Amino acid sequence: MNRTATHYRDSITELSARQRARALLDAGSMRELADPFCHLSSPWLGLQGITPQADDGVVVAKGSFDGQPTVVLAIEGGYQGGSMGEVGGAKIAGALELAAEDNRNGIPIQAIILFETGGVRLQEANLGLAAIAEIHSAIVDLRRYQPVIGISAGPVGCYGGMSIAAGLCSYLIMTREARLGLNGPAVIEQEAGIDEFDSRDKPFIWSLTGGEQRFQSGLADAYVADDIEEVRMAMRTLRARGTPPSHRSDLFENYLGRLAMIDTGAPATAEMVRHLYAIGLES
Amino acid sequence: MSTVNQHQRGNAWLSALTEHSQRLDGFFPSVRVVDAPLDGRAARYIAVVPDQDSRFPRARHGEVGLIEGWELARAVEQVVTRDSGQETKTAIVAVIDVPSQAYGRTEEAFGIHQALAGAAAAYAKARLAGHPVIGLIVGTAMSGAFLAHGYQANRLIAIRDPEVMVHAMGKESAARITLRSVDALESLAASIPPMAYDIDSYASLGLLHACITLDDPDAPTPADVAQMQQSLHAALDDILNDPRRDLSSRLGAANRRASLTVREVLRKQWHAPSP
Repeated sequence: MNRTATHYRDSITELSARQRARALLDAGSMRELADPFCHLSSPWLGLQGITPQADDGVVVAKGSFDGQPTVVLAIEGGYQGGSMGEVGGAKIAGALELAAEDNRNGIPIQAIILFETGGVRLQEANLGLAAIAEIHSAIVDLRRYQPVIGISAGPVGCYGGMSIAAGLCSYLIMTREARLGLNGPAVIEQEAGIDEFDSRDKPFIWSLTGGEQRFQSGLADAYVADDIEEVRMAMRTLRARGTPPSHRSDLFENYLGRLAMIDTGAPATAEMVRHLYAIGLES
Repeated sequence: MSTVNQHQRGNAWLSALTEHSQRLDGFFPSVRVVDAPLDGRAARYIAVVPDQDSRFPRARHGEVGLIEGWELARAVEQVVTRDSGQETKTAIVAVIDVPSQAYGRTEEAFGIHQALAGAAAAYAKARLAGHPVIGLIVGTAMSGAFLAHGYQANRLIAIRDPEVMVHAMGKESAARITLRSVDALESLAASIPPMAYDIDSYASLGLLHACITLDDPDAPTPADVAQMQQSLHAALDDILNDPRRDLSSRLGAANRRASLTVREVLRKQWHAPSP
């Protein structure tokens, strides 16, 4: 993060999911599993007149990071908004399950998840939701052995059930381009009205849910530039911390204490959240 | 569904299944917790119910919001901590009738995703620690609310009833987001099981341990309660006889074939040598 301004940045947001996985792993170490030649595409999209894709928008890549066995799960935001269908969801859950199994057998493989997703793919609704529950389960299992690092780079952001998955990770890295929230702006506007949430007001959305805000309020662990090397450096720093004694998702006492202090009569602002959450949330 | 009766089933069933036991003090009114036996074993029953007086206006009708997410985590973590080191683990029954997660500015700003992660993690950790966890779907089990409250259970039971429903998003929002009319969405849902809103279509995905038909799901009769208890006992037995602590019992339905195929392919390729 101390690199000079003249340094030429290698953007992560401009890369495809496959390119991101390759760029984050040690050079030459990547091997893709269940790749497009396995033709694991959605059995449900074709029935609805939507063209399936041979990788269903998820890349499972094994390799190493700083020499340690690593599996990268990268969601392709450019395909169906990074939505989780049956196949893509099973790729992520299945790989995390195998990683946990490896750890039980003494193989210290870690997982990196690149979240670029609107959440459940509504065309596969209940199978997307079921897969996300399995992803949650597998993260909670694996993080007992190795830190699970989530990355939200942008531009899609991380929403829906997958924002819960991000909240289960041991560590979360975000860029300025990233957004993290449970409900997408359009859905909140639909459910609660435009006075509650204006889905077209981009600066407002970023100010509440963007990477910088999430980092400043302790809901993310690293805030980095849109640059591969910076992401790798953050991965290195966080990995060096090991498995945290308590995960952020374990801190119910701390969060309940803070929430008791909110004035729910006033519209929430970024400043209010930073003020309430910034200090001392670590257990 | 009348407005008055909306999302009262959680409370009705919580009471019916724990009738001789007191609700625990010290939780927010929207999260009801009762310790009562299940087939002779200690169990904790948890329901999210409407609280018209909640300080959070977007979470007054049974939605899982910031408070509910973290309170669920607390209710579950309490028994996990209490039983650590014990061989016999308290069972946990999530009684599920949740309309949705809370949709609001305050919720997003203060990280409702993290609160729901707290709840999901607590249930998953309880299951991994050996607590038998059962999710009992008595009403709606929608989206993020279901992910936080019940979807991490070892086994799921649902009532076969038109008002019992599992889904990722309500029809109106789903139509808007997928750029379809509600009519078009409904006609697609009729032919594509994962998109359907009815519980039999959901059951065809293999995600339920049991789906039971009762006389009165709103105000359960003694016979209904007895049948539900029988189903809970069967689920508990099934969990106790299963060495696995994961969610793999949900795989195997023909309508979920791809979920299994993907895992088989990954396993086959997982240990191949690196380049």
